[in-house]
Amino acid sequence: MDIADFFDTFFEEAEELLSDMEQHLLELDVDDPDSEQLNAIFRAAHSIKGGAGTFGFTVLQKTTHILENLLDYARKGELTLRADLVDTFLEAKDIMHEQLDAYRSEEEPNQEAFERICQVLQQIALDEIGEQLDAPAVTAAQTKASPAPADRDDAESSEGAHLLVALLNVNEKDRILLVEELEQLGDVLAQSGDEKRYEVTLKSSDSADDIEAVMCFIIEPDQISITAIDSAGPAPSAAQPDVSQADAPADVAEKPAASTSKASSQANSANSSAKEKPKKAVAESSSIRVSVDKVDQIINLVGELIITQSMLDQTVSDLEGQSVGNSSLQNGMSLLQRNARDLQEAVMSIRMIPMEFVFSRFPRVVRDTAGKLGKEIELITEGKSTELDKSLVERITDPLTHLVRNSLDHGVEMPDVREAIGKPRVGKLTLSARHQGGNILIEVRDDGAGIDRDRLLAKARENGMSVSDNMSDDDVFQLIFAPGFSTAKEVTDVSGRGVGMDVVKRNIQSMGGRVEIQSKLGEGTNTRIVLPLTLAILDGMSIKVGGETFILPLSTVLESLQPSKDEMYAMAGDDVVIKVRDEYLPVIAIHEVLDVENAITDPTKSIAVIVQGEGRRYAMLVDELVGQQQVVVKNLEDNYRKVPGISAATILGDGSVALILDITGLHRLSRYKKEAGKKVTNHHNFKFYKEAEPS
Amino acid sequence: MSQANSGAVLAAEAENREFLVFSLGDEEYAIDILKVQEIRGYENVTRIANAPDFIKGVTNLRGVIVPIVDLRIKFHLENVEYGGQTVVIVVNVADRVVGIVVDGVSDVMTLTPDQIKPAPEFGVTLSSDFLSGLGSLDDRMLVLVDIDKLLTSEEMALVESTSSH
Repeated sequence: MDIADFFDTFFEEAEELLSDMEQHLLELDVDDPDSEQLNAIFRAAHSIKGGAGTFGFTVLQKTTHILENLLDYARKGELTLRADLVDTFLEAKDIMHEQLDAYRSEEEPNQEAFERICQVLQQIALDEIGEQLDAPAVTAAQTKASPAPADRDDAESSEGAHLLVALLNVNEKDRILLVEELEQLGDVLAQSGDEKRYEVTLKSSDSADDIEAVMCFIIEPDQISITAIDSAGPAPSAAQPDVSQADAPADVAEKPAASTSKASSQANSANSSAKEKPKKAVAESSSIRVSVDKVDQIINLVGELIITQSMLDQTVSDLEGQSVGNSSLQNGMSLLQRNARDLQEAVMSIRMIPMEFVFSRFPRVVRDTAGKLGKEIELITEGKSTELDKSLVERITDPLTHLVRNSLDHGVEMPDVREAIGKPRVGKLTLSARHQGGNILIEVRDDGAGIDRDRLLAKARENGMSVSDNMSDDDVFQLIFAPGFSTAKEVTDVSGRGVGMDVVKRNIQSMGGRVEIQSKLGEGTNTRIVLPLTLAILDGMSIKVGGETFILPLSTVLESLQPSKDEMYAMAGDDVVIKVRDEYLPVIAIHEVLDVENAITDPTKSIAVIVQGEGRRYAMLVDELVGQQQVVVKNLEDNYRKVPGISAATILGDGSVALILDITGLHRLSRYKKEAGKKVTNHHNFKFYKEAEPS
Repeated sequence: MSQANSGAVLAAEAENREFLVFSLGDEEYAIDILKVQEIRGYENVTRIANAPDFIKGVTNLRGVIVPIVDLRIKFHLENVEYGGQTVVIVVNVADRVVGIVVDGVSDVMTLTPDQIKPAPEFGVTLSSDFLSGLGSLDDRMLVLVDIDKLLTSEEMALVESTSSH
């Protein structure tokens, strides 16, 4: 991988750092500066300098370097801040920003501004501290004379020190990137280790801090530890029986750098982990990086193709009706249909990434959480290769982390307790993912204490919720997801405040999924998340209301029925409920909520579709059910805005747009309209229902 | 041609701006041609419930969902009819694609800077905020609409504003 691939990341981060720096500078109280803030400003400058140095942005690096020195004096209290100094710092920041922009547009930064600001900054150093900072010569090598901001810098030497870079808990993908990155910075002499700790011995003329700054674009600072090794001393990790070791360190420096050292390091790694490496190398060369935009464009085009295909299909079957059909045309059409569907499936699979991307962060989460709680936990992951749409993978991580923490905190017992009741000391937490029908099922299983149904009910009563002892286990466990609900006896800093589970549920629902809990007291809890495979395609039920077509997500539809007059009851005001198998459901007449003209207004002549949204059921009155179909979901907000009651749009076979209904949004809208309508006019709908019986 | 001359010509060309002229009722309006993506007929528009009346709905523009705004309704014109002749100008503003319905598109005009006069304070239907000036061309007067400002304004309700609920 070329270093240029990191440019964008650097630009983004540097921009953020600069704006951080500016904010801190603005907030800084010059008479009584907060040392935290000074440190933050210094760190920002330091990180930018490190990055700029690595990427060869010499002017930016020099500017930052001088500023950094001044800031270093300021944070040590050797430089007394004044408002005009802060102004100069801000000016320097602006110039750095200009330089950054120049580099971004691949131009040379303004030399005049650069020299001027350097002069001004050096003058400050001279006046205030009486020290001559190094002159702004534009060569990378000179910058190394910086006053050591951290002790580690002591290790650096001009011709290249030997550093032991340890990468902690870095997954394989990142690690390969990092090692390649290190090869750019210096000569990699040896590397070995596993995911937990991977050690790279590096000969580099860059300082430890600079190396760390570059690494931090990919991983967190606490995942890296860089220590200096005496270059004359014994080579690190003596276990390494490899080639490069023999000629290192003396020869390596003379080698034509990158290519040879890369080759030797590859030979090296092949040796150290012969099982893993060759496979990885093949996998890498057979994949390409493509931007999501491009993929989405292909998905859109394929969607268009499918629409065109179904238009043609319609025409052909019309011809058939007029008995002018042609059997080879028919065959061609069905072939086209099959190919188009296959193509769509293949294209959709591009967006799919394995669950491993989510699961890989959990060993760390589990270790940290368990450590904090004093529990012993073994984490098992199943179905890492199960694939899920990229956008869903990104959004499932937070809810899943919450569920895992919850399981560790409330589910799994303390080791001593577990031993006392005859369970193994080490608790087991299983994360699993697998396909089930058109969905993906993700489970968080623990073998802990399980959920105490009675305590949950008691707590619910305490919170003033209406519950009964006859409720099904499912319904009782769903109480956990109510806002502000927590049965934890104590609030810990891991969980127990009762915020979160409702957010988890909301997040999952917003992805079109649902969450269920199964639990046996004393044996454990299993939280199941069911998600659709993708957000880009939806199984829909198309319905008609007064000539307009709408789509209901099929996952929300429970059943449909023909309402009869005596099943419907008017409630206080304009609300109407319908009785379906001993349950009273609020009725939402779509033609009223969405102002559809020429719709069937007599409910007994329309069809009631029973739908479920956010755990509640509603009866929607529609004119006609058209049928089920897969639709490509199109965002309305791209060019328009959010529409109440509508979640998105899609394009039908005839090329027209149909709106996808949002059940809960419709319900809210209908309530809102009824309230607003009451004030303006007297709605005279549903007058013919019998009055609701007093219960 | 000497270098100085060609430079002057280029500069003059850079200041001249091209406008797409369209009609709403009896008046002639014009928008910067660089904002125009395409011109198409009015068809297959799906109504959006509970939207202002000048937002006719959304349509499918080669797989992209595009809102359609009828400027005739927005400007309170009396004769609003839809037929085979109704024209939609698809414009690109603020990273969005929006279709605007007009009575007709007449031509593309080049205006020199001295043909563009500042807009006077206008009536209520079209605030002068949304005008970039008046173009005079012989005896014709073109109302130059700042389509960016108009379509992203709060009263058009096309763009989500942070203040609305």
